[in-house]
Amino acid sequence: MTAPLLDVRGLKVQFGGHTAAVRGASLSLRKGETHCLVGESGCGKSVTALAVMGLLARGARRQAEVLSFAGQDLRNLSEGRMSRLRGDRMAMIFQEPMTSLNPAYTVGSQMTEVLRRHRGTPRAQAVDRAAELLGRVGITAPGMRLGQFPHQLSGGLRQRVMIAMALMCEPELLVADEPTTALDVTVQAQILRLLAALQRELGLGILLITHDLGIVARIADRVSVMYAGEVVESAPTAQLFAAPRHPYTRGLLSCVPVPGKVRRDEPLGSIPGVVPRLPPGFQGCAFRDRCPHAAPACAGPVPRQPAGPEHEFLCTLPPDWVRRAEAA
Amino acid sequence: MAAPAIEVHGLRRVFRVRQGFFAPPREVVAVDDVSFSIPAGSVLGVVGESGCGKSTLARLILGLLPPSAGDVLVDGKRLADLDRRARARLIQPVFQDPFASLNPRRRVRDIVAMPLAAQGDVPGPEAARRVGEMLERVGLSAEQGERFPAQLSGGQRQRVAIARALVLRPRIVVCDEPTSALDVSVQAQILNLLAELRRELGLTYLFISHNLAVVEHVASEVAVMYLGRIVERNQSEALFRAPGHPYTRALLASVLTPEPGLGVPDVGLGDVMPDPANIPPGCRFHPRCPQAFGRCPQEAPRAWPTPGGGFAECHLLEEPAPAGTADAEAPQRQLAR
Repeated sequence: MTAPLLDVRGLKVQFGGHTAAVRGASLSLRKGETHCLVGESGCGKSVTALAVMGLLARGARRQAEVLSFAGQDLRNLSEGRMSRLRGDRMAMIFQEPMTSLNPAYTVGSQMTEVLRRHRGTPRAQAVDRAAELLGRVGITAPGMRLGQFPHQLSGGLRQRVMIAMALMCEPELLVADEPTTALDVTVQAQILRLLAALQRELGLGILLITHDLGIVARIADRVSVMYAGEVVESAPTAQLFAAPRHPYTRGLLSCVPVPGKVRRDEPLGSIPGVVPRLPPGFQGCAFRDRCPHAAPACAGPVPRQPAGPEHEFLCTLPPDWVRRAEAA
Repeated sequence: MAAPAIEVHGLRRVFRVRQGFFAPPREVVAVDDVSFSIPAGSVLGVVGESGCGKSTLARLILGLLPPSAGDVLVDGKRLADLDRRARARLIQPVFQDPFASLNPRRRVRDIVAMPLAAQGDVPGPEAARRVGEMLERVGLSAEQGERFPAQLSGGQRQRVAIARALVLRPRIVVCDEPTSALDVSVQAQILNLLAELRRELGLTYLFISHNLAVVEHVASEVAVMYLGRIVERNQSEALFRAPGHPYTRALLASVLTPEPGLGVPDVGLGDVMPDPANIPPGCRFHPRCPQAFGRCPQEAPRAWPTPGGGFAECHLLEEPAPAGTADAEAPQRQLAR
């Protein structure tokens, strides 16, 4: 077993004294693997990604037992060394490419800047590389696109440009935060296929943040389900969908309409209530107010239990509770 | 078959846009000759990509935009002949973003009471009673009625929008992407609520969404829009089982169901994006169609019948008719049903 490319253990992020956005999240990502971090808005998945990239807003406090990338401890890295890593060996793409591209510069000048800054590559060579990558992400006439401004491109093209830009320095890790949420479904499928193909070719590790269980099922090797700042369940993808253990994971799966599965006159499964905002120092299971299986024990310490090979869940119920409940 | 609650005939809307200061204005046909009817108590789902005209269609039907041509009939009455109050009693909207569609400075109960106040003939105590009843019906407490929108979650705000739409007991509710801004668990709550209210109050929905899985769950009939036209329409089951139009097939292929191991499908549409200001000649879908052939760029396809009583506008559906005996009227007859 090789050492993980990205190893995060016990990550905590606090904003001021009032909100604990991430409360002890752990995840690891091997080279060439896609790890999906899935959860609803406010669960801390984006903050986790920003914390890994060292991009948290000023005033946020980050703590971790382990936070390492390719064997390098990121916890006490200076901002200068961190920014040399970012865009070079680890890159990030965001949901809305219009807000992460600079509207005042051409695609070409933004793409070549990455390479010139990190590698000092001469301009002509950087332009060649940019054109090559634009072709690689499926953009026709890359020479023309390099001279265009972001507003002249469609949403799908902009996201392709973002991906190409992230790949300029051949990173080992790509963090993608909801990369297809702003796109039409047909374009979403194209972008996800592109990411999967690039990953196979370049041996890229991808940490993909999403709220969409459909995307998770189709693209992830491994899934971590986040709820209220914690990873409540983590497993290989097939295992998680076949035998989910955490009541939150099970609730989430029942909410998704699947053509041909739930009849039109029957209600979808749903989870009552809303995601809570928790103060620092909150004790017990954060899901207990919405959980159909909540018991007094849920207010105490919650164990992280194994439920199969590389499958863990955070709950007071025993690992075989689903089987027992179905037998009863 | 129930009588239609709403009928739309040949609806068309053209916008004139300038693309530069000195450039002559160009015409953008956002909705092009759209006709359909929805039987009372059922749900027509409208799907399509951004820019296909589905939101313009919603605004035309709500009377928020005047059509360039065509008619909307509710209960047999021309919407254009009714004043705003009468229109509001028949048809009401629920929009995507409950942040943008609720006045942040009014309390929830006042927001829900607004349509009653605008009618001008509902006495205060009666209005208060109906507001209280409606809040309870959508799952909000009297205490939540005293709050401001900013103090509610996204799902609760969407419940307020639904209560406001239903307080006049309309016949038809136009839902434009009602759950797109919500998390999946909240989306399920709202979809269940909409289904329950439809059954209890006998409502008719026009349900617009880009999410085909959601539309499959709520709609009994589905219309697929592409660059302003309905290119396919059919009963939900038939459309999902046997889509007739290549565009519908591509849309269905791009639905990512939570089934591991299937991978991401190849939709096969290429990277030409549809542009409503530049509608291609012939079949408007041909630049992206994986099955396009010689005729497609030259000739706009007619509506051909599809199994299940629907139609699709595609040359591929034309049966190779024996020369000279082609029944040119058949598709039109089918359309008129």
